[in-house]
Amino acid sequence: MRILIIEDDSATAGFMAKGLGESGHVTDHAADGEDGFEMARHGNYDVCVVDRMLPKLDGLTLVQRLRAEGIETPILFLSALGEVDDRIKGLKAGGDDYLVKPYAFAELLARIEALVRRRDPGVVETHLKVGDLEMNLLARTVHRAGNEIAMQPREFRLLEYLMRHEGHTVTRTMLLEHVWDYHFDPQTNVIDVHISRLRGKIDKGFDLPLLHTVRGAGYCLRA
Amino acid sequence: MAPGIASVPKLSIIRTTTFRLVLIYLALFALSAFLLLGFIYWSTAGISTGQTDDTINAEITGLSEQYRENGLGGLAKIVSERARNQRQSLYLLIGPGGRLVAGNLTRWPEAATGAGGLLEFTYQRTVSGIDTSHRARARHLQLGHGFQLLVGRDIQERLKLEKVMRTSLAWAVALTLGLGLLGGVLLSRNLLRRVEVINRTSRQIMDGALDRRLPLSGSGDELDRLAENLNEMLDQIERLVTGMRQVTDNIAHDLRSPLNRLRGRLEVTLMGTGSEAEYRAAMEETITESETLLETFNALLNIAQAEAGLGEDSFTGLDLSALVADMAELYAPAAEDKSQILSGDVEAGIQICGDRHLAGQALANLVDNAVKYTPDGGSIALVLRRAGAGAELIVADSGPGIAEADRMRVLDRFQRLEASRNSPGTGLGLSLVRAVARLHCAELILEDNLPGLRVLLRFPDAGPLTEKEQAVG
Repeated sequence: MRILIIEDDSATAGFMAKGLGESGHVTDHAADGEDGFEMARHGNYDVCVVDRMLPKLDGLTLVQRLRAEGIETPILFLSALGEVDDRIKGLKAGGDDYLVKPYAFAELLARIEALVRRRDPGVVETHLKVGDLEMNLLARTVHRAGNEIAMQPREFRLLEYLMRHEGHTVTRTMLLEHVWDYHFDPQTNVIDVHISRLRGKIDKGFDLPLLHTVRGAGYCLRA
Repeated sequence: MAPGIASVPKLSIIRTTTFRLVLIYLALFALSAFLLLGFIYWSTAGISTGQTDDTINAEITGLSEQYRENGLGGLAKIVSERARNQRQSLYLLIGPGGRLVAGNLTRWPEAATGAGGLLEFTYQRTVSGIDTSHRARARHLQLGHGFQLLVGRDIQERLKLEKVMRTSLAWAVALTLGLGLLGGVLLSRNLLRRVEVINRTSRQIMDGALDRRLPLSGSGDELDRLAENLNEMLDQIERLVTGMRQVTDNIAHDLRSPLNRLRGRLEVTLMGTGSEAEYRAAMEETITESETLLETFNALLNIAQAEAGLGEDSFTGLDLSALVADMAELYAPAAEDKSQILSGDVEAGIQICGDRHLAGQALANLVDNAVKYTPDGGSIALVLRRAGAGAELIVADSGPGIAEADRMRVLDRFQRLEASRNSPGTGLGLSLVRAVARLHCAELILEDNLPGLRVLLRFPDAGPLTEKEQAVG
């Protein structure tokens, strides 16, 4: 997909462009807020990655202006300001996600890809399907190869999130944010244990595993 | 004032707020006293003049009736009679050519017409053998055939009374002003002295004596309260400055060594003629190491922010019961993996004012520690209950606990006990708990769980959820 990076630090932008390129994305780079605004307005990008502190036009205002013009491109804020209310300010201004520097590249990549998934235009889904794993969102049931798997409510939400991001890496922080609704770094293996429980339920006894661990990044559900 | 300390220009008493207030108050008070006394004077004087005039008019009417009925002879008789008996009333009946017929005045007075059409004059009167001048008011009546009647009253007493009243009025106002001014000066001086002390101490604190505090007079008055608040503010500033110094020290000390390791590994890998697999392995290790660094860094920032009181803006009604239940659920599988029993005893509907994410992280750190340090098969208890107007949150484990001597120390940054050196962790978990506790005005107590560690967080103010919040939450 086409990603616009609006970031004034050229080294950061460079490694971001390289990393995203290696992951199969096309990137453009704007070094200040005004250029970034113009490019985002006309460029028809899938995602914009916007630094909060930019020369000429700060990130917050930039995004507010884009939204005021009716441009709905998903936006990921990058910021050195990590306070709780900074995050809230960023999201209020029209950002879709917020990542605090310093961050791991895997986290950035996972979040960018998750943003596009989220924005996929679509009807209200009632069924999710990955391989032979099926989830009925109305009946709140899960089947694999036709056999029903009993799920706790939280396990259900965890699996739902993974299924909605099929084929993409999701990080532990993203899981804590979206499944448990807490914003902090889970210190140890607490999320891993939940995943291994889930894996025990959906993959145990099947030849083809669906839930994969992505080293140094997180997890990925794919057939 | 100590030498070398830049002095604040000394306040002159006239420029103090108290003195100015006293002056304004004084002016108002004096004015109202003056008006009040003036009114009393005016109305009293008015009434007594009226009385005098009424008496004179009544007598004139009475005497003229006598004259009509009994003629001049009868009138002269009554006049002489009254003149003998009355002390305050004056009578004079004269015939043609000024011939004295009857009365207690020796001659017809030279009179001027005063207020109310009555005559006013001065006459000589002998009181206890001494001649004195007295003022009088009178009315005169033409009787025909050259006879004239004068009826009057001595108003000397009344004038004396009015004079006394005027003098006391002046004295009262003067005394009010004088005493008020004196009181104002004394009051302002006293206040000024105490303000000077505060000024001097602040100056010393600004010059670097951060541990100095403002003295309290012990009276608990508003200046004491001000000083108390300033002292609390100073405590906080001192804590922040110390905290910042600590962060700087810690970054210098504890981030240097991992950074050095990282750099060393990369340098050594570059020196050798390694295979691609070796490079890859070295880079992966580097990433792991930098991840730990990131974690440490983020934790430090979180602590610094919580300690600085940032994030207080984001405080909302926080359902503590739900949060504790969430964390119990989050850590249940991890505990189960170690065959630990994680029990949650959570009273429903306990709410505090706070930040969900910070509080969540703090509690997660506590439970994380408990799971990490409690041996397999141990037990961990999470308890949330009401205690008075507040709430108590307890995380108790059956692990090795912390020796009493170490309990305060483990709350400091990067303090890891020897026993835990080898388990993963940044050494910042409890520091964050302490910072978050402080941000939420909660008391953090580490106790012996016999055996194990019992961490008690005491929130001072917790209420039940309102209906609206329950509906939302």
